[in-house]
Amino acid sequence: MYNYPDNGGHFGPYGGIYMAETLMPAVDELRRQYEHFRDDPEFKAEFAYELKHYVGRPSPIYHAKRLSEQFGGAQIYLKREDLNHTGAHKINNAIGQALLARRMGKKRVIAETGAGMHGVATATVAARFGMECVVYMGAEDVQRQAPNVFRMKLLGATVVPVESGSRTLKDACNEAIRDWVTNVETTFYIFGTAAGPHPYPMLVRDFQCVIGNEAKVQMPEMIGRQPDAVIACVGGGSNAIGIFHPYIDVEGVRLIGVEAGGHGIGSGQHAAPLTGNAKVGVLHGNKVYLMQDENGQIVETHSISAGLDYPGVGPEHCLLKDLHRAEYVAINDDEAIAAFDALCRFEGIIPALESSHALAHALKIAPTMGKDKALLVNLSGRGDKDMNTVARIKGITL
Amino acid sequence: MSRIQAVFDRLKAQQRKALIPFITAGDPDPQLTVPLLHALVGAGADVLELGVPFSDPMADGPTIQRASERALKNGVTLRSVLAMVAEFRQQDATTPVVLMGYGNPIEAMGWEAFAQRAAEAGVDGVLTVDFPPEESHAAFAHLEAHGLDPIFLLAPTTVDARIAEVAKLARGYVYYVSLKGVTGAGHLDLSAIEQKLPQLRKHIALPIGVGFGIRDAETARRVADLADAVVIGSRIVQEIEQSPRERVVDNVKQFVAGVRAALDKK
Repeated sequence: MYNYPDNGGHFGPYGGIYMAETLMPAVDELRRQYEHFRDDPEFKAEFAYELKHYVGRPSPIYHAKRLSEQFGGAQIYLKREDLNHTGAHKINNAIGQALLARRMGKKRVIAETGAGMHGVATATVAARFGMECVVYMGAEDVQRQAPNVFRMKLLGATVVPVESGSRTLKDACNEAIRDWVTNVETTFYIFGTAAGPHPYPMLVRDFQCVIGNEAKVQMPEMIGRQPDAVIACVGGGSNAIGIFHPYIDVEGVRLIGVEAGGHGIGSGQHAAPLTGNAKVGVLHGNKVYLMQDENGQIVETHSISAGLDYPGVGPEHCLLKDLHRAEYVAINDDEAIAAFDALCRFEGIIPALESSHALAHALKIAPTMGKDKALLVNLSGRGDKDMNTVARIKGITL
Repeated sequence: MSRIQAVFDRLKAQQRKALIPFITAGDPDPQLTVPLLHALVGAGADVLELGVPFSDPMADGPTIQRASERALKNGVTLRSVLAMVAEFRQQDATTPVVLMGYGNPIEAMGWEAFAQRAAEAGVDGVLTVDFPPEESHAAFAHLEAHGLDPIFLLAPTTVDARIAEVAKLARGYVYYVSLKGVTGAGHLDLSAIEQKLPQLRKHIALPIGVGFGIRDAETARRVADLADAVVIGSRIVQEIEQSPRERVVDNVKQFVAGVRAALDKK
C-alpha cells in the first residue's frame, strides 16, 4: 500500500524539512493546521464550493481527434486545466492555501512564480479574499512572461523582480523565503509546487489531486475504461502529482512525467534532474534529485518554458522514479514548440509551453501504439502568456 | 577538551565575552582569506566563523549574498575552504574555526568524507543553516565521530520544546539569531534578547552567542552584557566589500579591534 509521506514529511529518502530555525515553528504550525483542517467537513465543503463556482471545475476531458488522426496511433485525450479560471492548474492549490491562510488569521500572502501562472493564481485569490499579496519573480522571467506580470499588477499584487543568481524561479524561491523569514508572524507563504519543506509537498499534492480524481471518473464515462498512460509535464511537479497520485494504485496505467530537455540532456543545458540522473541534494527545504556541480553548487538550468526552468523536482516524483511507478522522460525546446504548433493548428487550442512538453511526448509515443490505446495528457495551462516567447522564436516582433 | 570549550572556559575565568567575527571564505579573493583570519585573531577575535559560499544562500541578506557570489566567481569550493583552514592552522593552533553555510556542498562531498577532511584541516565546529535537529541526527553523528562540534541556531520564534531538542544535539556554543530576518537586516531589539535569553538558559548549559543585526561597537557591548558571545558578520563583510583590496585586511582589523575594545571596557 502506497502511503507517503511519513510524519516528518519523508517520501522514502526524499523530502523532509530542511529550513532555517526561524521558519521551523511556522512550518510546524502550518502542518498542524493543515492536519486539522484537511478532514474538516466545513473546510472541505468550502474548498469544493470555490473549485466549482470560482474556478469552474470540473475541467472537461477533450478527445483531440484531429490531432490523434494526424499523428496516427493512440487516441489523445486532454485534461483541460487550461480552462480553469486564471488559465492553469495553479489556482486549485492557491485557493486551498488561501483558505488555510484565512483560518490561520494571516492577512498577507507571498508567492514565488516562474511562468507567472502561480503568481497570477495567488494574486487572484488574494484579491478574492482581501489579502495583501507580494509575488517574487526572477528578472529574466519578468521579461519573458510580461503579460502575466501585468495581470498580477491589475489584480493588486506587488511584483518584485529578483536580480540575484540565475534570475529565474529558484532565485524567486530564495527571495520569497527571505521575505517569509522576516515577516513570518503576519505572512502566509503560498508555495506553488509540490516541493519545499513538509507539509508543502503533501498539501499541494492534496489540493491538486482534484485533477486526477476527476479524470478517474471522466475517462470511464468517455471510453469505458482508464487510459493506458497519463502524461504530465514536471517542473516542481504539482500538475503531474495531482493527476498521477489518484492513479498510483490503479494497475495498468502508465504514469509518464515529462521534464524540460532544453537544448538536449547531452548539452547540459536543460532542467531535467530526473531524466538527467542528477545527484540527490538539499535545496528549498527538501532533499531531492537536484542539478548541481561536483561541489554541490546549484547550476543554472535552461528551458524555453519558465515554469519548468528549475533545478530540483518534488520529492514524491523522486520516490516514484525510484519505485519505477512513474517513468520520467525529457522533451527538448524544439519538440515542445512543434507540439505547441500542432495543438494550435489541429485543435484550436493554444497550450502553455510547459504543457506543450507533455503533449510533445504524447505525440512521440502515440504513433508507436494501436488506435485502441488511450493517452491522457494533462493540459495544465493555456498559452496566452507565452505569445512573446513564441513570437521571438519565430522571428516575429509583436 | 575542544578548542571551542577551552576558549569559553578561559574567557569565563577572565570574566570576558567572546567576539566571533564572520567572513566568507574566498571574499574578496582566496589569497586574502588566511591573512584576514590572522588579522581577526590579532584584533581580538576568540572564535572564527568562516562562511562556505553557496549558490543559493536563502538565509542571507544582500551583503553576504554578494560575498558568496564573489567567492564562487573566484572558484572557491568546500575543498578549497578546507585547504584555507589547514593553511591558517600552520600559524595558529589555538583559535577555533567554525565553518558556516548550507548543507548541500557537504551533502555533495559526503558527510563522512567531509568530517574526516575537516577534522584533519583543523576545523572545530560546523553550522549548517538549513539543517534543523529533525534532519541532523545521521549527518551530525559523522561530525561528532571526528570531534567536530555541531553548532545550532535558535531564533526568536523557537519554542521551548525545540530549544530542549537543540540542547541535546548542540556542542561548543549555541548561536541565537537575534531578529526575525536574514543576515544583515534591520536592527536588533535588546529588550527582546534580554527577555528571550532566560528561556534559552533554562535548557542550554553551553555558552550562548548572539548575532544578526549587530553593526557597531556600542551595540556589541550591550549585547555582550546579556550573552556569552557576540557574532558579527554582515558589518565585517561590508567592510571587506567597500575597502580597496590593499586596505581590506587593515580596515577589517581596525573595525574588529574597535569592537574588542568596547567589549573589554569595564
